Amino acid sequence: MKDEGQSKYYRGLEIREDVCVGCSHCMKVCPTEALRVSEGKAAIHPELCIDCGQCYRVCPTRAIRVVDDDFQKIFNYKHRVLLIPNLFFSQFEEKMEPDIIASIIGDMGFTEICPVEQGVDYLIEEMNNYIEKSSDKPVISSYCPAVVRLIQVKFPSLVDNIMTLLPPLEITAKYILTKYEEEGVSLDEVGIFYLTPCAAKIAAIKDPVGGYASPITGAINMDLLYSKVMLAYKQKNFGSGNIKNDDNITSNAIRWSTTKGEANATRGVSLAIDGIQNVIEFLEKVENGDIEGVDFLELRGCDESCSGGILVRGNRFLVADNLHKRASLAPWVNPNIKDYRRICAPYIRFDDVQPRMFMKYGSDIKVAIRKMEDVRNLIKLLPGIDCGCCGAPSCESLAEDIVRGGKEVNNCVFMQVKNEKQGKLKVDEAIDIMEKIWGKKYDS
Amino acid sequence: MVLEYKVEGGDFTQAGNVSSSVKKVLKQLGINPVVIKRVVVALYEAEVNIVAHAYRGVVTATLDDEGIRIVLDDEGPGIASIEQAMVKGYSTASKEVREMGFGAGMGLPNIKDNADEFTITSKVGVGTRLDIYIHYV
Repeated sequence: MKDEGQSKYYRGLEIREDVCVGCSHCMKVCPTEALRVSEGKAAIHPELCIDCGQCYRVCPTRAIRVVDDDFQKIFNYKHRVLLIPNLFFSQFEEKMEPDIIASIIGDMGFTEICPVEQGVDYLIEEMNNYIEKSSDKPVISSYCPAVVRLIQVKFPSLVDNIMTLLPPLEITAKYILTKYEEEGVSLDEVGIFYLTPCAAKIAAIKDPVGGYASPITGAINMDLLYSKVMLAYKQKNFGSGNIKNDDNITSNAIRWSTTKGEANATRGVSLAIDGIQNVIEFLEKVENGDIEGVDFLELRGCDESCSGGILVRGNRFLVADNLHKRASLAPWVNPNIKDYRRICAPYIRFDDVQPRMFMKYGSDIKVAIRKMEDVRNLIKLLPGIDCGCCGAPSCESLAEDIVRGGKEVNNCVFMQVKNEKQGKLKVDEAIDIMEKIWGKKYDS
Repeated sequence: MVLEYKVEGGDFTQAGNVSSSVKKVLKQLGINPVVIKRVVVALYEAEVNIVAHAYRGVVTATLDDEGIRIVLDDEGPGIASIEQAMVKGYSTASKEVREMGFGAGMGLPNIKDNADEFTITSKVGVGTRLDIYIHYV
């Protein structure tokens, strides 16, 4: 694992150095400019990475890995519960009914499954209360962990707008765990696993914000489970799986993970935005104080929200459409709502989210200002076309890297040509520089 | 460090560019987010004032060790009564400007509330100069 130093932040994504060919596709799409290429490999800057998964989508060699838990880990527990997002079922063809899928999952070794959105109905009550009382408007949903991390890293002045109510995943997990406890089961015997559609949710479980510790034992890769289920189905290898399945789910809960799922279910003026670039564009406006009269913002990192998660195999538009169809047939009332209230009310709030301030130029303001001036002067020298040939995503980021140390002006091909012409740089030296960034990409 | 920007009167599509750019610099310096918010709100209001009322203007932001000074110099009609302009809710913005969601008359008082130092001078028929200072801590 290649990193720019150790980090205190857990990440849901990592680069497999043995597979990475240093093509820089990931570097170009990273919304926080957290990636660089050097010595022919991509490296993630851990303080800036928000686990949004844009890099994972574009990697042509599948060198970016989701840091999920080993499937065998489930057998450390007597009670093995899998929390399943509804969209998982919406990926399969109609004749593969949820009951069949459930029994296949039972064959794999899980003893119980539960829709992860079951806690939504109780959350809606709390959210309406929270939004009404909040003085930091617009309230921003805590649902998408990539967005929460984006705000911590890029929009530190908006951390107080993040709703400090747990997402449905954590509410449902707490509920199930408490139910076992109430039945007298020792909690050491219960493993709660989450079937994740993305990397950000893994980071959120392992390293939650707001001083909260998740009771969830591990994350299972949805992509992997999809393949396992399909395989069993195609080989007609199912039917014996005995599994407890509390599939109570309301239409609000089924819709929750789709775009507008939260916005349509809450009172007041709500707006739903999906896609990380769209979210960034809008948060810029919020930060400028340019948005008035909006009570609640549902912001999702992926296009089509969780249906577009990086570990979702089905087409995002079809999955979302399927969810809406199923939601229209589902009941409106959660029969367990009273129990959810009783069990989860003491836990539903977490502490304020802290910004992830990254002091690019150190903590001494005098030095930092001088360094920033150096950066601005360097930018004037560079061509401004953001070609990425220097191993940094933009001319600006190269200038920053030079001032922070470790990079040089001659990493820029334009500067190389200029300096070669002026006799300040030999061709061999230029080739050495390029090989240091990209590795040996050709025979020299 | 001195940052300089030009602002064109009447061009609302560009309104907010200066505050976004200054905001980016302050974030990179690691300034307290609460302070950044005050700078951005004040600067955005002031920037919109130039767009809404003046013909053109220049914004100069100077960062020293303790804070940021922002001077907004515009060529425009000027303000006849600064005293009146400082009253919350008072506005001379045109109907068109108001229809775009600006011109509620909260601009100048809002800027003053967010700034540590606030000086405004204006000459009718010439232009207005706004000078604010906000401490980092």
